[in-house]
Amino acid sequence: MAATVNDVILESGIPINPVYGPEALAGIDPTGDIGQPGEFPFTRGIHPLMYRARPWTMRQYAGFGTPGETNSRFKFLLDHGQNALNVAFDLPTQMGLDSDDPLAEGEVGRVGMAVDSLADLEVAFDSIPIDKISVSLTINAVAAPVMAMYFAMAEKRGLTLAQVRGTAQNDILKEYIGRGAWIFPVEHGLRLIGDTIEYCARYAPKYYPVSVCGYHIRESGANPVQEIAYAFCIARAYLAEGLRRGLGVDEFAERLSFNFDIFGNLFEQVAKFRAARRLWARLLRDEFGAQKPGSLQMKMIAGGGGGGLTIEQPENNIVRGAYYALISALSGAQTMALCSYDEAYTIPSEKAALLSLRTMQLLMDEMGLCDTVDPLGGSYYVEWLTSEMERRILAEMKRVDGEMGGIVAAVRSGAVQREVAHQAWQVEQGLQSGAIPKIGVNRYRQEEEPPVVALHEYRPEQAEEAIRRLQAVRSGRDTAAVTAALAQVREAAVNGQNIMPATLQAVRAYATLGEITHSLKSVFGVFREPVRL
Amino acid sequence: MPRPIRVLIAKPGLDGHDRGAKVVALALRDAGFEVIYTGLHQTVEQIIEAADQEDAAAIGLSVLSGAHVPIARRLMEGLRAAGLEDKLVLFGGNIPARDVPALEAAGVHGIFPTGSRFEAIADFIRQRVEAAHHLAA
Repeated sequence: MAATVNDVILESGIPINPVYGPEALAGIDPTGDIGQPGEFPFTRGIHPLMYRARPWTMRQYAGFGTPGETNSRFKFLLDHGQNALNVAFDLPTQMGLDSDDPLAEGEVGRVGMAVDSLADLEVAFDSIPIDKISVSLTINAVAAPVMAMYFAMAEKRGLTLAQVRGTAQNDILKEYIGRGAWIFPVEHGLRLIGDTIEYCARYAPKYYPVSVCGYHIRESGANPVQEIAYAFCIARAYLAEGLRRGLGVDEFAERLSFNFDIFGNLFEQVAKFRAARRLWARLLRDEFGAQKPGSLQMKMIAGGGGGGLTIEQPENNIVRGAYYALISALSGAQTMALCSYDEAYTIPSEKAALLSLRTMQLLMDEMGLCDTVDPLGGSYYVEWLTSEMERRILAEMKRVDGEMGGIVAAVRSGAVQREVAHQAWQVEQGLQSGAIPKIGVNRYRQEEEPPVVALHEYRPEQAEEAIRRLQAVRSGRDTAAVTAALAQVREAAVNGQNIMPATLQAVRAYATLGEITHSLKSVFGVFREPVRL
Repeated sequence: MPRPIRVLIAKPGLDGHDRGAKVVALALRDAGFEVIYTGLHQTVEQIIEAADQEDAAAIGLSVLSGAHVPIARRLMEGLRAAGLEDKLVLFGGNIPARDVPALEAAGVHGIFPTGSRFEAIADFIRQRVEAAHHLAA
């Protein structure tokens, strides 16, 4: 008599058999669908030798308080073996508000560092070799001016634009879906993305102007299939924007990268990434006619997601983070970042940030994750699941195009936001009923827990310090030059010219982020959120 | 049939993390409340005005940036100044236990940090609003 087993259905809705064998590979072409690492369709990885030739980059998200405090945290991480940086900005900076704006009150330096002008970036990167360390800027609505500040800083250090490396997150469409740091209406947000893509393709060819984020869409509630599907729809919209500027797809597609989320079922995530690589290569070749290998290769930072961590029993998050890092390594990520175990509570402590870094280093040096490429490739289950994920991601993308009128219309109407919120509500019901197991939350709960997490102290004085620095910048600059440069920014915005050259002039003159954003708002207006429950 | 209790769910300030706000809004709607959600980036003044115009019995604010204490102080002062101190005020989000006394001192009635159960939120609103009605009757 056959034993009865429980039904298993993955978060993406895929039912799973207890055993997979050779029959699971029927319909999967070993060459056309799986192939060799470094070759089309890149299912097994974008490079032939992957980590054997070059291990993943380690890039923890960091930044808080003043640029000086952030500079110290950057140096601490670099001193302990981190080899890239990812900058956290405070909410006023993300929203294009200067530190002395009344709307910034109580938020200056709270969830990231405050940047008002080029002067702040100069402090944040003081004695950090930006020609060797690649820097990722987690900035979206005001990515153009912040990117311009970064370029201006590089110029002042004697680098040419052609030498500048790094990444800006600069994915505005996902901000409307999750994370919420939007300012301008959708069409103007998209236009700014186009301006930065075009400018970088022409003048800063080593810079990655956009990192398309499935991460925040998943954090907002999307399941793994939706995460990739919506991110790819967004990436396609950016590709279309680049093409509209007269760029050839092979002139800029290789400088789009991705930021994806890791939590949940291990095999589902690994299959998700393998499927995503294959689908991206096919989309770029078949839909966009890309030929350059770089355009076809889906490059990603895949990090341990905050959405999987819990307030309850926070030390369990150390273990979860280790599994997430393992998933990232098994998935062939180019860059890894992990949420720290205290992140459900607070800005990570030095100790927690270091533990995350050590987690990645342990995997890299002790566990054999760099020895051989795509070690799960060829597994009956993983190959079957990869194909199943690819099929479902493509179907969801078609649904966005068919039922929602394309991603831009879906974002403008709130249709995709509603989809994600309802998925979040489903998951939340599962967590509260216990149908979705979560250790410490609905299983093995401990009601009396000793507090183990030290909370980061927010110092209100840091806002005063930011405002003093801002006032010093304003009084020490050539006001006429600033006014003229801001007028140029406004004119470029009105006339549909690329705003980057004028923005660079403005930041070189120490125009503030608030002033530049104000100029753009006066032309673009602001986004009116479609509130649909 | 008694009229359903009206609840305004609001996202104050610059924080754009609205998963919790939307999920609580959907949970309360499923539980029979009439829910109005403000959307992101609301000033305290806009929230007070919306609560007044929508005649909401309860206001639930979701804050994940850590700025809940200053926001709570401004909101409660604003409600008093507008003569709307009868509104039931709840705070949710990333709220450490150590901040609960400060929120209570500011006059916040219910505090439901991340991980709170939906029934607890719904029961709290229902009991407090119904008790207020009995007092008024």
